[in-house]
Amino acid sequence: MKEELFVSGRNIPNIDPYLNIWHWQIPIYLFLGGLAAGILFFAGVFTILGKEQKMSSTVKKAPMIVPFVLIFGLFMLFLDLKHKLYFWQLYTTIRLESPMGWGAWVLMIMTPISIIWAASYVRELFPKWDWKFKFLYTFEAWVIRNRKIIAWPMAIYAVILGIYTGILLSAFNARPLWNTAILGPLFLVSGMSTGAATIIMMSKDHKERKIMGRIDILLIIIELFFIIHLFMGFLAGPEVQIDAANLFLGGKFTAPFFAFVVMLGLIFPAVLEILELNGFKVPIYIPAILVLIGGLVFRFLMVEAGQITRYLY
Amino acid sequence: MAIDTRKCVGCSDCVVACQTENNVPVGFCRDWVVEVVDGTYPNVSIELRSERCNHCDNSPCVRCCPTGASHFEDGGIVLVEHNKCIGCGACIEACPYDARYSHPDGYVDKCTFCIHRVREGKNPACVSVCPTRCMHFGDLDDPNSEIVNILKNRKFKSLAPEAGTKPQIFYLV
Repeated sequence: MKEELFVSGRNIPNIDPYLNIWHWQIPIYLFLGGLAAGILFFAGVFTILGKEQKMSSTVKKAPMIVPFVLIFGLFMLFLDLKHKLYFWQLYTTIRLESPMGWGAWVLMIMTPISIIWAASYVRELFPKWDWKFKFLYTFEAWVIRNRKIIAWPMAIYAVILGIYTGILLSAFNARPLWNTAILGPLFLVSGMSTGAATIIMMSKDHKERKIMGRIDILLIIIELFFIIHLFMGFLAGPEVQIDAANLFLGGKFTAPFFAFVVMLGLIFPAVLEILELNGFKVPIYIPAILVLIGGLVFRFLMVEAGQITRYLY
Repeated sequence: MAIDTRKCVGCSDCVVACQTENNVPVGFCRDWVVEVVDGTYPNVSIELRSERCNHCDNSPCVRCCPTGASHFEDGGIVLVEHNKCIGCGACIEACPYDARYSHPDGYVDKCTFCIHRVREGKNPACVSVCPTRCMHFGDLDDPNSEIVNILKNRKFKSLAPEAGTKPQIFYLV
């Protein structure tokens, strides 16, 4: 028998009995970051492919919400800071070793790009819009001329942003559940899937929905494979990672994870989307909303469960 | 720092000394004492450990800090610069020893090895009050120091070396 206890009676808020330093703000921030990355990636790629007219909701309509999504996400991150008035210190340093640091910089680049992109389509979607100042019209004309060029960094940065939402967690060696390289691609694919779901919900064009639906099915299948890989890797790992995997394979997170993420968030919407592609009448917002809820719940579970796992000594 | 687990009686004097010396807010602590009991009665063994920040050589907290608030001071002590810290909590997540906490004033706080005392040539508060003298503090780079001698002659371990952090507190066993 082995028993361990604090003789000196340690009971630090948010640290004992187990870590809970990142609350609800961080999963929302990760979710919104992934969603924005997904939309901007598709907008960039379909612009590069020259499909602006065919995929008009993807390229024009969906990116309208991205600046708001990103700014709201950053606001969530700000809410989670405990020393708020010093937040500007993030932008006085460049520390490539720190995922939190370079993530803040990626968002610093991504947010203006998304604003420029959305602004350049405002007059096309809202014909009565007036920019008021002449230089804004000049700038708009410049952006419209260079959309194809802007689309490249936008799509590439979107991938970096999507991966970052996973790397932010996976860089922490001290939390065995997070400490796996597959979290980067997993969060990227999950983010793209939520982005695709948002586009499907916003689109009115049946053909465009069909294309995004197919892409979403593919992303869901990849995500399921990544989740299997995640647990395979853990179960073949050291004891702390086996314990981490067991939180989801029989432990206290099993029910919410398999019910809300795997079944309702991935398999069920994929089946609905396949049925819809084969001509069954399925209200398109049902699978889309399920994918969004699944993505959000997935991030909540990962952030909370990760903080419970730790090294034992 | 080297801590003799065979001399420690678990009196928690080091914890109180630290809280007094460093004005640690009520309910928080920078060091703590752990008792590990092995076996079943009558064959029991106890290990008492006074734990704190390990001032790791390969510190994950310094690596992940986005603003550089967590840094190595000359000599290897890991410190947090309060007015650079934004309180994002990344270092708290990164520490396998849970040695950091969020100070009620917002910044992240932890053991400093009482650097203000060390600079004056004194021992950290916890070391200086220990009634059994089970703690030894010194410069690991100085081949003639007491601590290097102790580590030469005694069997020791560190906590969770598999985390790859190269902890700099050694427990004599």
